[in-house]
Amino acid sequence: MAADNSKSARPRVALFVTCMVDSLYPDVGIATADLLEQHGAEVIFPEGQTCCGQPAFNAGFRRDASKVARHFLDVFWPLVRDGGIDAIVAPSGSCVAMVKHSYDILFADDEDDAYQHKAQEVSRVTYELTQYLVDVLRVDSTGASCTAKLAYHPCCHLLRDLRVDEQPRRLLSHVEGARVVDLPSAEECCGFGGLFAVKNAGISTAMGRRKAHHLSACGAELVAVNDVSCMTQLNGVLLREGHRCRAVHIATVLRKSEAPQGEEPHA
Amino acid sequence: MLDVHAPFESRVTQALADDHLRTALDRATTRLAERRDLAVAAVDNPALRHEVRAIRQFAITHLPDMLQQLETNLIANGCQVHWARNAAEANDIVRDIARRHGVRRVVKSKSMLTEEIGLNEALETDGIEVVETDLGEYIIQLAHEPPSHILAPVIHKRAEDISDLFQRELGMPPTTDPGVMCATARQELRRKFLQADMGISGGNFAIAETGTICIITNEGNGRMVTSMPRVHVAVVGIEKVVPRVEDAFLLWQATTRNATGQAVSVYFAMCSGPRRPDHADGPQEMHVVLLDNGRSRIIDRGYPDVLLCIRCGACVDVCPVYREIGGHAYGATAYSGPIGAVLTPLLADDPTSVCELPFASSLCGACGEVCPAEIDLPRILLDLRSDMVNAGTSSVLERVAFTSYATGMQKPWRYRALVVVARWATKLLPRNGSGGLTKLLPPLNAWMRTRVFPRFARRSFRRLWRKRSSGRGIEPSR
Repeated sequence: MAADNSKSARPRVALFVTCMVDSLYPDVGIATADLLEQHGAEVIFPEGQTCCGQPAFNAGFRRDASKVARHFLDVFWPLVRDGGIDAIVAPSGSCVAMVKHSYDILFADDEDDAYQHKAQEVSRVTYELTQYLVDVLRVDSTGASCTAKLAYHPCCHLLRDLRVDEQPRRLLSHVEGARVVDLPSAEECCGFGGLFAVKNAGISTAMGRRKAHHLSACGAELVAVNDVSCMTQLNGVLLREGHRCRAVHIATVLRKSEAPQGEEPHA
Repeated sequence: MLDVHAPFESRVTQALADDHLRTALDRATTRLAERRDLAVAAVDNPALRHEVRAIRQFAITHLPDMLQQLETNLIANGCQVHWARNAAEANDIVRDIARRHGVRRVVKSKSMLTEEIGLNEALETDGIEVVETDLGEYIIQLAHEPPSHILAPVIHKRAEDISDLFQRELGMPPTTDPGVMCATARQELRRKFLQADMGISGGNFAIAETGTICIITNEGNGRMVTSMPRVHVAVVGIEKVVPRVEDAFLLWQATTRNATGQAVSVYFAMCSGPRRPDHADGPQEMHVVLLDNGRSRIIDRGYPDVLLCIRCGACVDVCPVYREIGGHAYGATAYSGPIGAVLTPLLADDPTSVCELPFASSLCGACGEVCPAEIDLPRILLDLRSDMVNAGTSSVLERVAFTSYATGMQKPWRYRALVVVARWATKLLPRNGSGGLTKLLPPLNAWMRTRVFPRFARRSFRRLWRKRSSGRGIEPSR
């Protein structure tokens, strides 16, 4: 890490809030910033940020994805280069996986390898929220409390791309008052998958319904997830089908003081 | 059963509406995946995967040499070796062998390659009776259906469905007792084995150093197909070659652990040539048809990893998409699930003719995680999607959407403007259903038919952040 630690013991974190959190679920972003600050980080929000490029990349539109990824690097790389930050943290496993793994693919056949280099530098300091809290800030408990029956759904990119699973589970298990229940077939995809959710809406919905069924079966009132895309899919199905359970972003569960609310779509 | 020749959308819709199919798939894929988990946990699976990959990669990167060695040793063993570039050539070779030997009845052991090339149909046009002897294949042949899983071809049928079929076709008394059902099939098949003039098999591995074709079965039918009739024809994909005997044994174990959860299969037939004077049994002639049918083109197309596949079906069993729609929804192809979604377009003369398959995945990554040859299936799906887009298969709507997305996301002010527009647009939408204005927005329409779409926030994060920072007297960072 490039930061000048003599200046301040607090790690400086650039928040990559993600486009979905910014526009649909700003409260998740605030909860993320709160958590990072509560546990000793100094949070900055680079205002030039937009999206990581994942929607286009996963849909096969690599030229478009590359444009967006370059913009991402234009915003974040100077901060990394100048040692202005110690880490980039996002409340999303899939956006972090995009930066850490897919940028390599995206810039592999680039004529000028400047962006490939930038991507590698940025990738090294990019973390998903719970990964950063546990692995870097050494947080064991966030001091949050919650009385709901709580399930955890490991989002696919977090689990299989980033191999982050123990960290969110540990933080959730230390939420005061929470009754953490085992979600059957937890590692099965919720069916979101970006463009897949609309291009193959029937299959995507069937997968979502299966997950909703498992959530009902284990009696969960809340299911914590690390990606608001999966949260959107789950709530989309849970609400439409009249289930009691709601999906919430893990940041809002882990945040101290406030009780987490079922993330109702904003009226 | 759904029509495998119908358009993709219609196949998926039919599959999703079939509750019996879902029941059958749930029962079988769950059981197979559980057994697999236990079987791979019993060994050092990461090491096994590395070894499997190394063996397969060596074979594929040395394919011409390996095949030459294989041919030399097959011939030394008394086999007749035939090379076929495509399905038509392979079928003609087998038909010709059958003609020369006056063959009227053929028994077959399970082979996905012969499904791929439509060998049964080719032989049937010559008036030859072809009987599948693998129980699963026998059942779908009776039902006039194609296989729906590379390993378990009849996975789409419940025991109840099979019982109905046997009652109708074989006069079996009503029962779902597996013992009785198997005995019924066995009785029929035993007669077919005794009458057959020719046995046709595939080959799981072809050992170059010894000139041996290996066949994995659990029912012993493979051994009977390859030893009872007077002629044995093995139709083998050129990618099945492995250098040494030890390699075949290792791959055997990897295949069965991942396929059925067995440490090894009940039978493993190793065929090294026809009957010799001192042999008690075996065929008078053994033919090996080495078939390319688009395989070397897969290397040229930049996807050599796909040829590392050992056809265990593990990726299929863990696939949440396959579990919803089954194998027939993948169309008129021998291969379904994640491996099918990459193999089918890559084997096709024109990959864009099946362009929908690589997109029919949520990219959850479960397939790549289990693959015993460490094939990065999610990555290949992504690469194929990019190929399809570059080939111009995407709709105008998609192209416009992603161009606008890329333009919008490159400048924060454009992005903010897009969000404002989206917020107003979605405000006009009803909370439920897909009628009214949503019809004008096809992607949203597809979402809202079955799911609630969230409203955009009144204030974006960046506005909340500014307020939060100014409240603390901090300048927002740039």
